[in-house]
Amino acid sequence: MSFRLASAIRSLRAEPPERRPASRLWLKRLVDRLAPVLTMLGILVLWEIACRVFALPEFLLPSPSAIMRAGLTMSPGEWLGHIGSTLRVALIGYVASILISLPLAVALALSPLLSRTVYPILVVVHSTPIVAVAPIIVVALGVGDLPRVVITGIISFFPLVISTATGILATPDELIELSRSLRATRAREITQIRLPYAVPYIFSALKISITLSVIGAVVAEFVAAERGLGYAILFSTSTFKIPQAFACLAVLVLLSLTLFRLVVFAQNRLFPWSVPREKRG
Amino acid sequence: MTTRLLPAISFEHVTRVFPRTDGQEITALRDLSFAIPKNEFVAFVGPSGCGKSTVLRLIAGLIGPTRGRVAIYGGTVEEPPDMVGIVFQRPTLLPWLDILANVTFPMRHKYGRVTETERKVALELLELVGLSDFARSRPDELSGGMQQRAAIARALLLDPDILLMDEPFSALDALTRDEMAFELLRICALRPKTVVFITHSIPEAVLLADRIVVMTPRPGTIAEIVDNPLPRPRNIDTLSDPLYNELSTRIRNTVFTRRAA
Repeated sequence: MSFRLASAIRSLRAEPPERRPASRLWLKRLVDRLAPVLTMLGILVLWEIACRVFALPEFLLPSPSAIMRAGLTMSPGEWLGHIGSTLRVALIGYVASILISLPLAVALALSPLLSRTVYPILVVVHSTPIVAVAPIIVVALGVGDLPRVVITGIISFFPLVISTATGILATPDELIELSRSLRATRAREITQIRLPYAVPYIFSALKISITLSVIGAVVAEFVAAERGLGYAILFSTSTFKIPQAFACLAVLVLLSLTLFRLVVFAQNRLFPWSVPREKRG
Repeated sequence: MTTRLLPAISFEHVTRVFPRTDGQEITALRDLSFAIPKNEFVAFVGPSGCGKSTVLRLIAGLIGPTRGRVAIYGGTVEEPPDMVGIVFQRPTLLPWLDILANVTFPMRHKYGRVTETERKVALELLELVGLSDFARSRPDELSGGMQQRAAIARALLLDPDILLMDEPFSALDALTRDEMAFELLRICALRPKTVVFITHSIPEAVLLADRIVVMTPRPGTIAEIVDNPLPRPRNIDTLSDPLYNELSTRIRNTVFTRRAA
């Protein structure tokens, strides 16, 4: 055993990684890339087999193929209508929460008074179950996109505020001293030092918030909507079309994942320095 | 110019008290008086907590004295003065800017723009600190020593009369540390500055400084101001000069006897 280990080490020394046969390296990379996809496919196959072998009733757990069929019964136009509606609410809510949270986070980070007074309110708002408040918001703001955007915004802004404020306060003291020794304006201190320093923090919150805003949009649609993926799930289950509800759910998950990947992509493209070296693509 | 005859930096009976969070007060410096002539290299040595960094922040105008007066060329320091550059313990370069942009950052931060002249000055400074080939590199592509060289170039950008260095090499490994000390000797020979160098390394202070201010802690006071007779230019041979070891030992004894007392 120890001999084999020793010879393995020797062979590694004799043959550094970059001089290994190119084909093996290429194969390893391919396996690395495909492994998650294959795992996913494996689960789907197992699911399909389980449904068939145990003859599970469709209202308990429909098989992937049944879900696929149910999905295809809806026209592309219908799908686009639902997806578009959910996407619109989620994105408007997301952008609105970014526009509100960033200045709020700067203010909270730089003013102890504001932090003492406003922060508890934020915690209260965040601790209130959004599902419980959603009907009240709809009653207060009427039907239309506005209450849905508000619901989405409420659920997605909290991580943004907290994470951005943390990032702004994480700026090294030396840089603030450098800024003060140059007698630079407060505005430049914030825009040229503090905010860029908070970028990694902001993006980790942006990744959480994008999925939260999809959740917010769905919650809003549960309460009052005539379109959207959340509405479609509610409608399908009320008519016992469980496979169709699952199809909507699958699309919802895909939508969330795609939006998440887009945020990751944006960070990689716009702020490559804020991504740890080994994760840069 | 009469102002040039005045000391570059002077402390007159400076006391600095910091409030603590528990309501008590802590005296960081008590009744400090000294004067540093223009273009002198002065090192402040002492154990941690002796208020060395407070001295530096008072000169930089980042904090004010509780009692007494801090002056630069005779004028009381009331706000951060123009002719001061600072090098911190950590390089604290901005990771989103390349090295050239980091060196020109003080200009952009103070005036909002960087002219072609400053960019040329910055490139000259990068050459001075031996980083010409790294102008377009990002800070995380440089070693700790190289990052600190860039930080020195950044501090020199606005051509300050006074260079304040707060334990600039203490975060570096021992070999890089020695190398950087010789590097600083070279830079100071080419660009004479009034340098205030904070350190807790006695040999480093002896190698670099014209005068060494030995401090004692709690409250920070001056134990002794030692003139350093080691001839310049100093280089690696200085380390084997008997005077170098003699002086280091003497200062070390001062620090320890004061502590024991």
